[in-house]
Amino acid sequence: MTSSLSSSALVLLDHHEGHLRPPVLELLTAARAFGIPVHGIWFGDGLEGAVPALGLAGVEVVYRVRAGAQGGVRADLRSTPVAADVLAALVAEKRPAVVLLASTFDNKEIAARVGAATGAGVVVDAGALAVEHGQFVAEKSAFAGTWLARCAITTPLAIIAVKANSVHAEDAAVATTPDVVDVAPAVSDRVSPVTLVERSERPTSGRPELGEAEVVIAGGRGTNGDFSVIEELADLLGAGVGATRVATDEGWIDRAAQIGQTGVTVAPRLYIGAGVSGAVHHRGGMQSAGTIVAVNSDPEAPIFEIADFGIVGDLFTVLPELTAELHSLTHAEGMK
Amino acid sequence: MRIVVCVKHVPDIQSERSIGSDGHVVRDGGDGTLNELDENAVEAALALLEAHVDGGGTGEVIALTVGPDDAEDAVRRGLQMGADVAIHVLDDAIAGSDVFGTATVLAAAIKHLAATGPVDLVVTGMAALDALTSMLPATLAYLLDVPQLTLAAEVTLEGSTVRVRRELDTVTEVLTAPLPALVSVTDQANEPRYPNFKGIMAARKKPVTVLTLADLGVNPATVGAAGARTQVLDAAARPARENRILMTDDGTAGAQLAAYLVEHKLI
Repeated sequence: MTSSLSSSALVLLDHHEGHLRPPVLELLTAARAFGIPVHGIWFGDGLEGAVPALGLAGVEVVYRVRAGAQGGVRADLRSTPVAADVLAALVAEKRPAVVLLASTFDNKEIAARVGAATGAGVVVDAGALAVEHGQFVAEKSAFAGTWLARCAITTPLAIIAVKANSVHAEDAAVATTPDVVDVAPAVSDRVSPVTLVERSERPTSGRPELGEAEVVIAGGRGTNGDFSVIEELADLLGAGVGATRVATDEGWIDRAAQIGQTGVTVAPRLYIGAGVSGAVHHRGGMQSAGTIVAVNSDPEAPIFEIADFGIVGDLFTVLPELTAELHSLTHAEGMK
Repeated sequence: MRIVVCVKHVPDIQSERSIGSDGHVVRDGGDGTLNELDENAVEAALALLEAHVDGGGTGEVIALTVGPDDAEDAVRRGLQMGADVAIHVLDDAIAGSDVFGTATVLAAAIKHLAATGPVDLVVTGMAALDALTSMLPATLAYLLDVPQLTLAAEVTLEGSTVRVRRELDTVTEVLTAPLPALVSVTDQANEPRYPNFKGIMAARKKPVTVLTLADLGVNPATVGAAGARTQVLDAAARPARENRILMTDDGTAGAQLAAYLVEHKLI
């Protein structure tokens, strides 16, 4: 293994309303596979509710960082430079062999800054992980998902941001009772000067987060703004609903739904593109999907080059038919 | 007001891109171009300077790049769009740099520029369309020790304060910071201007200043392949998907697809 003193895996425990985000359970599963103790770092309040899940996932220690004047961190913990500064300080003290984070835009910034602060090598948007000859190796895709590479991190500390749906989350063989340790590393002055003037939540769809969803249905130009048949199918499948840049540019759906190189990258088990042509920009955001289904009236659409199941047809006919057929098939099987 | 905009020359995303046997992106394929997302960065820098000048100020936009010979094209495009100065850091020892090596060189170049007068703002794109890690802006801000305001959909300067609006997944934020600062802009921030004939002609007269690591006082061992913290072990084009089904809807496509999804336990 590597030369660090305590040789643990430290996982950033992203959470929302007291619940661990699903990709974190994947990270914990991957961390256990390295055969070293698994520790977590939790920012903010609400840890109590997540402790049982952390125990099932085999976490031994959770470092909790809270904001506030009383022994907490005096800075906005949502700011990525602040979070990175805290994480770098914890890493310097606890010396893990590897730090794992979910590969979101915010976390990639955190990973970059912790790498800069500690000298650690960083891989983001990683897929499968392995340890070879004492080094952490991460698989990642390049060039709009058309190439696959395996990258080894050659420094003693490795920092890896992992894409959702890369690892199948499982409970630990033996559940643990995590120790909660409150920590309040000093945040250096350098990270303070950004002022948050305003923060507003935009209404969410109530559907699974695109980056985490196991099934994603995307609508493109071919929908002409009408996502109704997509929404109905998504309702049935419990799927996330995404879109191409064209659809979001047109204002047909919130920009948060944009799948592509400047939007969300998805790697669901099943991706269905309806009226999506499959331009490079979009392909780069979904090419790693397990199975790709495409419905488009244009037989020349580039998406057909990468689809596992391609249908040249009218999405307004095909999707409702699909929805109806799946509805009757799943009902025929009885309660699921 | 001096604004540095960092630009990158990348393989054209429409072309055949590849990773060589040395594990590095093939960059001399000839089909290179200014990273599309950096066009938004150049546009942002130019617009900010124009607003500043309209208000009675003076200043310049400096296009900066790090890369092999071809990378000059990136700063030339910046000049054509309207940047005033072009800097190209060119040195064999830079080849094979990871993001930390690249950021080290960029930071050194910016500090070199700051020796002749303050650099108020550094603007970058949100990611380069080759590596797509989006790590550079945060890393560069760290090394420069300036506030970072990333993924900006809108940027304005108010006196010596920069203000951005960010549109994240489900949240909209407005942030401000005192200058000097670093801002990265998304493809939503603006519509990059096309270089016009006048701009292209004027750009021809502007020199590109070439700097080496020695000019910047950067130790070669800390950058390039020598300083890289990751190593590509192997890389290959993703194998084509097998057993693909392509059909034209004859009225049964929906039903056939349903059967396929159930059979493959995809739903």
